[in-house]
Amino acid sequence: MPERAAGLARALLARLAEILRGAAGLDRYEHYLAHARRAHPGEPPLSRAEFFRRDEQERWSGVRRCC
Amino acid sequence: MRKLLGIGLAAGAAFALGGIALNRGESINALWVLAAGACVYALGYRFYAAWISARVLAADATRATPAERLDNGRDFVPTARWVVFGHHFAAIAGPGPLIGPTLAAQFGYLPGVLWILVGSVLGGCVQDMVVLFASTRRDGRTLGQMARDELGPVGGLAAILGTLAIMVILIAVLGLVVVNAMKHSPWATSTVFATIPIAMGVGLYMRVLRPGRVAEASLIGVALLLLAVAGGGWLDHQPALRPLFDHEATALAGFVIGYGFVAAVLPVWLLLAPRDYLSTFLKLGTVVLLAIAIVLLRPELKLPAMTRFVDGSGPIFAGPLFPFVFITIACGAVSGFHALVSSGTTPKLIRTEADVRLVGYGSMVLESLVAIMAMIAAALLDPGVYFAINSPLAALGGDAHAAVATLSGWGFPVSIEQMQSLAHEVGEATLFARTGGAPSLAVGMASILSGVFGAGLLAVWYHFAIMFEAVFILTTLDAGTRVGRFMLQDALGHLVPALGRTSWYPSVLLSSGLVVAAWGYFLYVGVIDPNGGINILWPLFGISNQMLAGIALAVVTAIILRGPRWRHAWVTALPLAWLAIVTSVAAWQKLFDPSPKIGFLAGARDLAARLAAGALPPAKAAVAGRLIFNQRLDAALTAFFLVVVWVVILDMLRIAWQRLRGAAVPPSREAAYVATRLEEGARA
Repeated sequence: MPERAAGLARALLARLAEILRGAAGLDRYEHYLAHARRAHPGEPPLSRAEFFRRDEQERWSGVRRCC
Repeated sequence: MRKLLGIGLAAGAAFALGGIALNRGESINALWVLAAGACVYALGYRFYAAWISARVLAADATRATPAERLDNGRDFVPTARWVVFGHHFAAIAGPGPLIGPTLAAQFGYLPGVLWILVGSVLGGCVQDMVVLFASTRRDGRTLGQMARDELGPVGGLAAILGTLAIMVILIAVLGLVVVNAMKHSPWATSTVFATIPIAMGVGLYMRVLRPGRVAEASLIGVALLLLAVAGGGWLDHQPALRPLFDHEATALAGFVIGYGFVAAVLPVWLLLAPRDYLSTFLKLGTVVLLAIAIVLLRPELKLPAMTRFVDGSGPIFAGPLFPFVFITIACGAVSGFHALVSSGTTPKLIRTEADVRLVGYGSMVLESLVAIMAMIAAALLDPGVYFAINSPLAALGGDAHAAVATLSGWGFPVSIEQMQSLAHEVGEATLFARTGGAPSLAVGMASILSGVFGAGLLAVWYHFAIMFEAVFILTTLDAGTRVGRFMLQDALGHLVPALGRTSWYPSVLLSSGLVVAAWGYFLYVGVIDPNGGINILWPLFGISNQMLAGIALAVVTAIILRGPRWRHAWVTALPLAWLAIVTSVAAWQKLFDPSPKIGFLAGARDLAARLAAGALPPAKAAVAGRLIFNQRLDAALTAFFLVVVWVVILDMLRIAWQRLRGAAVPPSREAAYVATRLEEGARA
């Protein structure tokens, strides 16, 4: 029983961390990689640094934060 | 089962609310307020939101969303529902829901709590969800674009002008809040200043040292921020360093204005983006921490449920309960600004229409809960202390001695010694007349957090709370200036095409300068105003934010009216009607009320008469000319807001009239149906 509870807690924490990562946009490069492999197979995808540069600029060109 | 749950929740809500409302004379525990909130939110989410999603919007889980159809791995990405929820909440939650309830506590906690609960469940959450849904059905189009599509060019222009104006007022009032928190406080000032190089360091780390490693950079940044809070406390005791960070409000306003300009023209990776990561983590962490602490501490609310100031004679801002509680608390109940995030960014992440209820309605429920916690933090202070911190001295008789006498005469006893010892405990020179809400909220938050996580750390928690608010506010300030700049460049581009190029440096400098000058002006006048400026700027902000909500609700009402389920348009028309009444009455009173404390024009007349009669003290006479001009300008701005929102509403009513007469109404412009190919159930 305690193992099951510990396992449940671990799974819950892992999921929480995943949500936080996604909400803060930490997994954007992984999303991009998945997309690039699916949509443009054959072409080499951007490196993490290249993607990060372009992405950051684009993300801040609209309303992203409220009061 | 469903019915049983509903009955249980309704009974719980009625019991908790009844307990709060009937418990006059004795203090009440904050848990009652949280319990009432939890039941009301659960009812709203479980039943009202589900009904709207199914019957009014007819959300269709088989329909492919733009995130799926237009997936590009960048802005259009089908994302798991709880991740979008977190993303959207981080985007909508800013300093607004913390400050509004703090100020509105002047009426007592009850009116504010009721408006936050009812306003969010029937208004704000509905607005966010329906706008999010409408934009999702339209490939993530923005509110301005939807207004143009559904109402026509006049409605579209009104939405854009309204957005630009609200941005200017919002940034000015938030700038004023930070300035008032830093005024003559070396600890707060040095901590807030330190956040800037820390953010830049994080930016450089993510860009140069370890490109794209956001998580580790943010972790280091948060650690440095906490160190800066502690370092500020050390610096406060160094006689050599202290004076470097001890400034007048005007100097600090100059700094904020200069900072705003520099931040708007710097590349985003250096300052804006890294600080936004830091503020996102701080925001989520602090909200959770505060909620846990309130539940563990179970504080008693010392503020009365209703104060005598419901008659309009309040010292923090003038104006009676109706309509001003509904204006003062905008974010947390209904916030028009949310419609800008709900259209544009978030819809491009929605994986299936079935998630719109959780993301749109659910995020706003959480934001509303933050507002409730801010109200609790204000209401647990001794009322005398609360009013002494938040009222400008001019409203309490001119100096600390008069203020204490005035407050005690009102039945909120407080002594100079009590204020001094509290100021000493939180590490400030004084807490009198620290208007703007941030210091009072910080005292409330610090007493909750230090009550649970370390007594004796009151001063550290206080300055942590100030840093936390400042990081939020500076992010909004940069991001808002930048958005204003893009909108202005777009508009100027129609006149001189070169100015429309968003990366052409002369255009960047010119348009950023214009936006900063606009909000900088209101900030400066707010700072030199002997009444503290907040009492003029916050109502103006509330009116403009609620009017933007009016515009958003009018647009989505028009969309529902053009669709097959137009008989359900009351779902958005009802909150729209309420906001139209509230904001119109408030705007009218701010314009034409004969009391110089409430009406802008009466205020200008009164000041002009006293200036002419030589009845003003020299310090006030020196700035009177600017204050008079400013009150007239505020009046013009209020009139402008009023006209803009009614233009949009009348445009919408034209469509409603066609519907009721049975005339043909052109259908609304949705993207065509495409069946989803994502498999069912694969979500985080």
